[in-house]
Parts: sequence; structure tokens; C-alpha cells
Amino acid sequence: MSETPLLVIKNLHASVDGKPILRGLDLTVNRGEIHALMGPNGSGKSTLSNVICGHPNYEISEGEIHFLGQNINEMEADERAKLGIFLAFQYPTSIPGVTLANFLLASVKAIRGADNVKLLAFRKELIAQMQELGINQDFAKRYVNEGFSGGEKKRCEILQMAMLKPSLAILDETDSGLDIDALRIVSDGVNRLTTPEMGVLVITHYQRLLNHIKPHKVHVLVHGRIVQSGGPEVALQLEEKGYDELLKAHGLEPAGV
Amino acid sequence: MSSDAALLEEIGQDYKYGFHDGEEKYVYKSSKGLTREIVETISKQKNEPAWMLERRLEALDIFNSKPMPEWGSDLSEIDFSDIHYFMKANEGVEKSWDDVPEYIKKTFDRLGIPEAERKFLAGVSAQYDSEVVYHSIREDLEKLGVIFLDMDSGLKEYPEIVQKYFGTIIPSADNKFAALNTAVWSGGSFIVVPAGVKVEIPLQAYFRINAQNMGQFERTLIIAQPGSSVHYIEGCTAPIYASDSLHSAVVELIAEEGSTIRYTTIQNWSNNVFNLVTKRAYAYKNATVEWIDGNLGSKITMKYPAVHLMEEGARGEVLSIAYAGKGQHQDAGAKMVHLAPNTASTVLSKSISRDGGRTSYRGLVKVAPDAHNVKVNVRCDALLLDDKSRSDTYPYMEIDNKDVQVGHEATVSKIGDEQLFYLMSRGLSENDAIAMIVNGFFEPFIKELPMEYAVELNRLIQLEMEGSIG
Repeated sequence: MSETPLLVIKNLHASVDGKPILRGLDLTVNRGEIHALMGPNGSGKSTLSNVICGHPNYEISEGEIHFLGQNINEMEADERAKLGIFLAFQYPTSIPGVTLANFLLASVKAIRGADNVKLLAFRKELIAQMQELGINQDFAKRYVNEGFSGGEKKRCEILQMAMLKPSLAILDETDSGLDIDALRIVSDGVNRLTTPEMGVLVITHYQRLLNHIKPHKVHVLVHGRIVQSGGPEVALQLEEKGYDELLKAHGLEPAGV
Repeated sequence: MSSDAALLEEIGQDYKYGFHDGEEKYVYKSSKGLTREIVETISKQKNEPAWMLERRLEALDIFNSKPMPEWGSDLSEIDFSDIHYFMKANEGVEKSWDDVPEYIKKTFDRLGIPEAERKFLAGVSAQYDSEVVYHSIREDLEKLGVIFLDMDSGLKEYPEIVQKYFGTIIPSADNKFAALNTAVWSGGSFIVVPAGVKVEIPLQAYFRINAQNMGQFERTLIIAQPGSSVHYIEGCTAPIYASDSLHSAVVELIAEEGSTIRYTTIQNWSNNVFNLVTKRAYAYKNATVEWIDGNLGSKITMKYPAVHLMEEGARGEVLSIAYAGKGQHQDAGAKMVHLAPNTASTVLSKSISRDGGRTSYRGLVKVAPDAHNVKVNVRCDALLLDDKSRSDTYPYMEIDNKDVQVGHEATVSKIGDEQLFYLMSRGLSENDAIAMIVNGFFEPFIKELPMEYAVELNRLIQLEMEGSIG
């Protein structure tokens, strides 16, 4: 049965502060699929996640983003979130004075509709999800991301994903700054939360996360375009050979030279 | 995508307390302007002892002789001849809510006062223009000897206490507006907490300006006797008029040995009120005075709650927030005067400016030559919600002792794009995201309030951000 893809990106060009980053990117994510997007530093991975989620500092100059058949180019970030798009941030910002519990309650109300959220049920759900992710309950009373370690921030991003139940989850370098144990907890969390109705876009530098979250498709982003797509073997090849060869093939200086 | 500027244009001015009661059944209403005759009439109307009239007249001379302050906010728009200095809405103070005239009752009902009293207050005073119209205190506190009266009744019932302390903390000559208040004062609270008595739940006074071109000049005196403690809360609102009103209070606190006074203000004046208030406390041996000062609304506020740390071990604290929107200037701060060794003070000031509003922190820390081992910590944080708003910091330090630890920190930040995006990516609208960041910024203040007030303040902030609900 053919159904509307979750996410369709066509010939996307986007820039930040007038500087072009994405230069004609195409990508389709269907329900039930896990896609990995890999690429060297500066290739545009984080830009893509920001553009999909509607960051106001990024400008789309050409191309289209469709979500469930709807063009979302002009939508505000909050409208996109309500459609079911979620981004686990690479560097989640802190919100001083706002407790994680209050923040999550406001978000869940915004996404599900205030009338559909009962306080007691919300609390139970939150406690259960925190337990699953090995987050101490005291964190509910702490201010959002303030004084959290790298691993704690990432776990809280996954906690938000658990509570908001998106149709499309984008994980932006969720593995960065995590030790092996934290990596396992976070990826177990993502695997547990991933349903056949969902799509997942995992943005990562390294293969190691993909040992835990098994992608159906792997894409390589270089200089703002997807230059290679394939199955999980693409990630393994990259791990072996590095990005240098790809960069050279596209006339770019290898990283670190 | 909508910029902050576009968002701010959408946000209207909203003030849900802006209604006024049209009946205007004043028992007495002075004509506009300030004369010797008006001062004499106020005193006569109140049946005051001769010494109080003398104090008033002396203060009137001081007021007339002092120039307007040339620092702080621009006060040139105040027209002293266009103000009613005394308006009496009712004959006497009612102890039963049922006896308060219907139209006044309606006003306070709309402000939620009787409901709050039932729920969580130990005593309530409600002032309508110049005089207190309703007053009550819980019986158990009365039995313990706690005095909680309106100031006029305080003068009648305890003239010797009032005569002993009135104007000793803030003399008429302190500043032009303290002189004005002393000349025409009316209403306010008079509180004496006997030695060792702890008043566990708050006493509240509610100040309502109703009339146009009104001057409200309440006078408050709180005395905490040794080892006692009390928490006093005041709230203030006024109707929206095209012309300006003046609110100029004087508040004197005396915290005797080992006592604690917490004085909380949730000021929410309409944007046509000049709010020029003098507040000062004397804290004696091991006593603590805390000013918790929330400044929303008003056209101009100039207010610098002060603690004089008179004896060893005294502690002073000012925790304040200020919010300035379009056309508003909040010039607020704190004064900590260390006159004795081993004293400590803390100031935390948080301000937000939006839509061209201006906030200033103006503070003084003074340490006397023989006040050694003093600890002072001052922190001011300002948050600007757009490019056209403004915030300034004027910290003055006069430190005449070397054995002092002084910490001072000031930050000014703009609301961050990354914070907004983070919250919006979780489904919050831009307005809700800003309100959440603002609430978080004020959280150190909000968490010091009793829960009911914290909820109310959160709601007020939300309203300031949305500006839609009537």
C-alpha cells in the first residue's frame, strides 16, 4: 500500500547569514524507516535539522520541504512541532528558572492540546519515562539543562521525545559527548520509542551509534548535497575509509589538512 | 518568519484592573491643589492630636522648599496643583465585610480580596483612595497582642507609640516626597508584633486608587518587638485614566533584637500612576529585614527600599523585580547602610524591559568606618526583550572600612534566539516561549512568594505578554 511519505525534501537550498550551506538536497523518509545522515564537519548536517524544524535564522532560497504531503517551508517552528516533527538537539540550550517538569507539561499541552492532558496521568507518564531512561526524578524539579552534564542533556532530549511522541524524530549528533554506557541508554531509548508509524533521521559523525540504532538507509552529505545513499554498508565503508576520498572526489580539501 | 518586532506589535497593552467605579460617593473630597488649609482640613477631618497637625505643617514647608529631584526619572510632568490630596469614601473603617458600601465592595470583590482573606491571610486591610474602608485580623492573633490597624486608627488608639516612632526612620526632610507624604498622609498600616510572637501567615494590605487625579499617600509603620516575626504583603492597583495619579507612600520598619520582618510588595499600578515611595527599615541586633519588591505597572516608579543595619548581627535583604513596557520607567533599587560590625546584606535585582520600556537599578551600599567584618552581595540582572528597550545600572558604593567582603555582579542580556527556537521546537508559540523565559528569569523572586501570589504573578506576566484578555 502506498502512503504519503513522512518527509520529502526536494532540491533544498538554504543559507545562514547569507552564507549558502545546503545546495540542492533531496531526501525522502517514509514511516517505519530509520535513516542515517553522515558527513564531515561543515557539510550541513546541523543546518538541515535546523531548517526542517524551522529555525528562524536559516533561510530557504530554493526547494521545498513537505511533511505528510504539506509544504512546510513557511511554517513556524511551533507549528511544525505540532505536526509531529521533533529535533533532539546537539547542544540543548538551558532555560534558567524553568523546571524540566513545567517545561515538559507546557510542551505536552501544546502538542496534545491542553484539554487532553490530565495532570495526574502526565505525572505518572513522566515518572515512568524517566525511569526507563535512568533519569533521577529530582531532575523534574531542576531547571531545563542548567548545570546538566553532556550525557544528562542528551538523555533529557530523549525524554522529551518520549513525552512528545513525534512522527518524525531527528537526532542531531545525539552520540557526541556520550560514553559507552550513556550511548547504550540513549540508543536503547530511541529504539524503544521508535514505532512502525514513525520515521527517524539520525545525524551522526560516526558509525558507533549505528551499531545501536540500526538504519535502513544511510546518506552521506558533502558540501550541502547528498553524494551517496545506500544501506548500512555505506556507514561501514565510511568508517573504514574516512571522508577524505569522498571530499577529494568532490573537489574539496580533506578535513584536518 | 515573524521577528520579535512583529510579535511585539501584536502585543497590546492590557491591564485587567483598569476599571473604575463610577459612583464617586465621597464623604469628603478636597479640591485640587495643596494648601495649608487642605492640610489643616485633613487633620481636622481625622480629629488628630495637635502634634500631628504640627508635623504635617512643618512637612508642608519642607515640601515647598525642596526642589524636585533632578536625578532618576523625569518627574517634570507631575502637576502638584492638579491633584486631589484627600478623598474619603466612607465614614470610618468597617470590621465586617457586609458593612462596606456596596460599590466599594464590588471593586474589592473584583480584585479578589475577600476571597484571598478567607483562604490564606491572617489579616486584611483595604484602602480605597485616601482611607482604609475595611479591616480585619484573626482573633487568635489579636489575643496574642498583635496590633494590626489602619494608620489613622493606630494614631487614635496608640498615640504614644505613633508619636514615639512616626518619622524617626524617615524624617520629613529626607526627601521631597517623604515631606509630601508627611504633610498629607492618610491610611496605611500600623502593626506592632509583641515580643516573641511569630505571625506565621501573612498580613495583607490592599491599596486601591479609584478616583481620577488622585494622590494616595499612605503611611505605614511596622514594629517587630524582640524575637518576633511578621510577613506583611501589600498589593496596589488603579484604574486607567487619561490623566495621571500620584502614589507617594512612606513605609517605616523597626526590627528589634532578633526579630524578622518580611515586607512583600506586588505593585501593579496602571500606566498613569507616578509611584514615588520611600521605604526604610532599621534592623537592630541579630534582626533580619527582607524587602521582596515586585514592580509591575506605573508610569514612573522611583523606589529604593533601604535597610540600616544598626547593630551587630543584623541582616538585610532586597529581592526585587521590575518590568517596564512601553512608556514606562522603573527606577528601582536598594540601599544597604552598614552601621555595625558583623552585619550582612544581599541585593538581587532582576529587571525586564520591553517595547521601549526602561529599567534602572540604582543602589547604594554604605559601610561605616567602624563596621568591620561586613558582607555585602549585590547582583543585578537585566533582560531586554527587544532593541528599543533600555536598562542601566547605577551602583554606588561608599565603603569606609577595609575589613569588608563586597560582591557585585551585573549582567544585561537579550532574549536569546536559541532559547526561543528550543521552546518553539517543542510546540510553544512565540508568546508562550517568551513568557516562559521571562517567568524563569523572575523565578528567584517568584519562589519567595506565597503560592497564591506566585500563581497570580505568573498569570500577570503571561497577560503582559499576550495582552488580549479583558
